[in-house]
Amino acid sequence: MALTSARGWQFRQPSVLPGFGLALGVTLLWLTLIVLIPLSGLAWRSSALGWQTFWSLATDPRTLHALWISFGCAFLAALVNVVFGVMLAWVLVRYRFPGRRVIDAMVDLPFALPTAVAGIALTTLYAPNGWIGAVLAPLGIKIAFTPAGIVVALIFVGLPFVVRTVQPIMEEIDREVEEAAATLGANRFQTVSRILLPDLLPAVLTGFALALARGVGEYGSVIFIAGNLPYVSEIAPLLIVIRLEEFNYPAATAIAALMLMVSFAMLLVINLIQAWSRRRYGYGA
Amino acid sequence: MAHEATLPATLAASSRPVRSATTESHLARLTLIAVSLLFVALFILAPLVLVFAEALRNGTGEFLAALTDSDTLSSIRLTLLVAAISVPLNVVFGIAASWAIAKFEFKGKAFLTTLIDLPFSVSPVVSGLIFVLLFSSHSLLGPWLQSHGIKILFAVPGIVLATVFITFPFVARELIPLMQEQGTADEEAALSLGASGWQTFWYVTLPNIRWGLLYGVLLCNARAMGEFGAVSVVSGHIRGVTNTMPLQVEILYNEYSFVAAFAVAALLALLALVTLVVKSLLEFRYSAQIAASRRH
Repeated sequence: MALTSARGWQFRQPSVLPGFGLALGVTLLWLTLIVLIPLSGLAWRSSALGWQTFWSLATDPRTLHALWISFGCAFLAALVNVVFGVMLAWVLVRYRFPGRRVIDAMVDLPFALPTAVAGIALTTLYAPNGWIGAVLAPLGIKIAFTPAGIVVALIFVGLPFVVRTVQPIMEEIDREVEEAAATLGANRFQTVSRILLPDLLPAVLTGFALALARGVGEYGSVIFIAGNLPYVSEIAPLLIVIRLEEFNYPAATAIAALMLMVSFAMLLVINLIQAWSRRRYGYGA
Repeated sequence: MAHEATLPATLAASSRPVRSATTESHLARLTLIAVSLLFVALFILAPLVLVFAEALRNGTGEFLAALTDSDTLSSIRLTLLVAAISVPLNVVFGIAASWAIAKFEFKGKAFLTTLIDLPFSVSPVVSGLIFVLLFSSHSLLGPWLQSHGIKILFAVPGIVLATVFITFPFVARELIPLMQEQGTADEEAALSLGASGWQTFWYVTLPNIRWGLLYGVLLCNARAMGEFGAVSVVSGHIRGVTNTMPLQVEILYNEYSFVAAFAVAALLALLALVTLVVKSLLEFRYSAQIAASRRH
């Protein structure tokens, strides 16, 4: 140890295992070719637009509306998913009932089901003549082909992110804490709301941010159910596709660059939540 | 003596089971279970059931006829081809990345891990667009590719590239936490007993990570076969040539061929179900090994 520290800065700590150079080389080469070069191509193309062109493309009312709809719907869906996702995680961790294992496995369905399949299924389901839409239509509630449809699709897509982030942390809650609260006279509601839920906060926030990030960029499951009216139910990824089909590459590039910035900001927020959580709560959400 | 006999009797007489202090009342529990199940039924089970119901609405004859349509068959072939190329590429990458990241300590490791996760946070449409910008005729590479007769965009190579990008982190993400947890002691023992580097990898590391690897391959494959947004941007939608199964679903649906659209969708849903079943079995049997990589 003394020897290594005497050598000062070094790229890696010594190890008897072979293959570091090869493995890291393959990783960096592949990462550069597949991820870094294409992504920097987008950065380069949007900077080549020049600041003024970029700004006028980015502040185009249709673009702003599309970004607002993507973001707003993803935010609402993530909120719904936090409420029901935490409840579902609680039910799956704490209670035993017939079919629990099946439900637990089905939570991952949105990860496994192709988004286009989810899209046409949800549309048919929530359309005015669909199984669920037909029940809601007499009440005057329209889901499919309205912004509400976007929220429904994003709830489907985002649910596993919240459940799978919160569930492992819930499983590790120490029962003794609850027993202590109960012996000190807290009723069950107080124990849950003041002792258990605050400890889950970082996991819930991470799940919310993951669901939000996924929802903002989601395309396949949304375009079928949204109705895609400009300024009303047109999401940002769809507008990129429309601009591409018009061969309006500068506009597509500008919207994509904006969305990429939003993704990076979300990634940063998620990492900050996890760093904060490790410091404050001793787990990495 | 008499007291001892009456005590259990009073407890029994109050017939209600004594509730533990660390659980909710019976009513609260039932309500929570009912609401959660209703939520799962409305948002997850109903779409799944509907896919099969719509596909079989006019009987199995029409279902099978829809699947044996020549455009649909070629979309199935293309999807299998794309997955068969992109999944092995990401397996090699995932093993290399997790070997470097999990078994060694080096500067910039956290940053490298973040870069590997990057494709997860990029919108599928943006993922497709970056390849359009790279290879279209307006780009730097475009004219050169054109003059050499190499077609990437609106052809199979573009679809493979976009799919590899989208599924890039899957295998590495499953393997890194697993290999980190397993440490380096087994490999060091093998090396000290005279095994070569490759022998150590084949006979020690690979058997240790096989279930995690299978798990990663499964998720990677499901995504590779089901990717829609990114592939839709780079494919050009040429019927029978560059349409994958999800794109075929879209085209049939937009043409109001609902039964055919849902028939192809049912195949994809079946793939998702098989993925989930195998995943649950793996988690059930090798929970300890996979627990480290539980989070997505």
